[in-house]
Amino acid sequence: MSISLLLDVADVSKRFGGVQALDSVGLQVVRGSIVGLIGPNGAGKTTFFNVITGLYPADSGIFLFDSKSYFPESVSKVTKSGLARTFQNIRLFGEMTVLENVMVGCHCRTKAGLLGAIFRFPSTRREERAIREKAHQLLAYVGLSDFAQMEARNLSYGHQRRLEIARALATEPKLLALDEPAAGMNATEKLELRELLLRIRADGKTILLIEHDVSLVMGICDHLTVLDYGKVIAAGKPADVRVHPEVIRAYLGQGAA
Amino acid sequence: MLKSLFAHRLSRTSYVWLGFIALVLLPWVVGAGGGNYWVRVLDFALLYIVLALGLNVVVGFAGLLDLGYIAFYALGAYSFALLASPHLPTQFASIAAAFPEGMHFSPWMVAVFSIILAALFGLILGLPTLQLRGDYLAIVTLGFGEIIRIFMNNLDRPFNLTNGPKGISGIDPIQLFGISFTKPLDLGFVQIPGLYLVFYLFLLLAIAVAITCLHLQDSRIGRAWIAIREDEIAAKAMGINTRNMKLLAFAIGASFAGVAGVLFSAFQGFVSPESFTLWESIVVLAMVVLGGIGHIPGVILGAVLLAVFPEVLRGIAQPVQQFLFGHVIVDVEIIRQLIYGLALILIMLYRPGGIWQKRGGRK
Repeated sequence: MSISLLLDVADVSKRFGGVQALDSVGLQVVRGSIVGLIGPNGAGKTTFFNVITGLYPADSGIFLFDSKSYFPESVSKVTKSGLARTFQNIRLFGEMTVLENVMVGCHCRTKAGLLGAIFRFPSTRREERAIREKAHQLLAYVGLSDFAQMEARNLSYGHQRRLEIARALATEPKLLALDEPAAGMNATEKLELRELLLRIRADGKTILLIEHDVSLVMGICDHLTVLDYGKVIAAGKPADVRVHPEVIRAYLGQGAA
Repeated sequence: MLKSLFAHRLSRTSYVWLGFIALVLLPWVVGAGGGNYWVRVLDFALLYIVLALGLNVVVGFAGLLDLGYIAFYALGAYSFALLASPHLPTQFASIAAAFPEGMHFSPWMVAVFSIILAALFGLILGLPTLQLRGDYLAIVTLGFGEIIRIFMNNLDRPFNLTNGPKGISGIDPIQLFGISFTKPLDLGFVQIPGLYLVFYLFLLLAIAVAITCLHLQDSRIGRAWIAIREDEIAAKAMGINTRNMKLLAFAIGASFAGVAGVLFSAFQGFVSPESFTLWESIVVLAMVVLGGIGHIPGVILGAVLLAVFPEVLRGIAQPVQQFLFGHVIVDVEIIRQLIYGLALILIMLYRPGGIWQKRGGRK
């Protein structure tokens, strides 16, 4: 395995009852790139995300992250090791403020314990200040500074998606896995999102992206993997994948190719 | 001095001082107006505040519905009852031999012991229920609360540990720093009655617990609890070890109840399983929900309201019925339960966040 690979998984299988949701799926993510995972509805993209982040236990598979072998069993441990994700159906902490949502993201990189929380030692206060400051910075980074004190559930849809990204960034991930970040966004919001993603990459992060919006995926991804019925049917540069006969068949139906 | 106080808008510290003075004077005012009976009601209200704040950590912060919370209160109460009463020495010759002057552990020591014991039982309850949420968790915790009470009720056989339904009496009164809380304290210029001293002691405890809760809420741990309440999967995705955080919530909530239990048992001088029924768990939960779930000032308000209200009702319902009908038609206890039920339904319908809920978007 090359050192330039941040994520290298192979032979991932997952079965739900009679449905083979994932069938020997392999995927590689090069450091500093944006990799797209696409496919028709029900192809297994989100299942794949859930498996590599430890939400569903895999039936089998070889997992390498940051040159270290891991078996995704616990979501929180995967996050701690540097793989953060967002959710297709937005999962914010609705009754917390926008700022607090991002502060929760700092949880796994901070360490104040019970006694620190109760007695507020100087070190705890310092840490709290640092968390608050970092959260403010991240909100500025995704353009949500004006909404810091608003309850997260009152944000607009597009802003909620941005907040999920800010919250994931607060866990200081090496790999940011985004599950349909552009779903439900209008054209302007998509454009802003595209800029945000490019900026995140420019700042040294790697992105794995599930997305349906073809122009967004084709525009920013360095590499694409296409899933259909739980199998990888094509992988490569966007321009090559676009004309791949299997991909055209999967999206447009038999005979179209 | 007074002039300058009113000339400016009162600062935060002066509010705190005014509140403090009001609280110090409260037992004197209430005592002068209603006698010792009402000071006792105040003392119990403070214990209920501690209980409600503890339950709020579990239900309000971490979102874990606990219907057996009173069991931890029972553990604290029975710990002190057993360690500071003649019960064990009279039942067991070996214990009588080991403590020739009787068992008189200090409330301090037993309080520390009870914190640990209750927290331990919190973990025992928490561990098997980690995967449960909502209704399922409520059923298991309800069962746990009943199990503890039934143990207390039946452990008079084969050996008499808890004296069964008859309960344990002759428990040592509170005594700290050589001050007895049953006798008046003579300060020279003023005599403070024992009931008032108890009020001050419980007040200190309630303030300490409230400050602890406020600090917890606004900390890394409090945020993790609230995140779990809001969305457990997303909380995990933030790298939060949800298992440990839930167990911590159970343990912290339980330890508050344990301390309150010790003081309850020393204050009453008597404990029996009757004080720890499911109804008591429900009353504490009602305090949290009615006052403002997850909102500390609201929870305190709820505890005070529901602790004082039945006593007010007792004072009103009987004479009013006597006056109107010549005899009592509906028992006060039944009226109380009716009004509780109605109040909860109305709150759920019109103000689901509680009477004093947090304003949208906290600090």
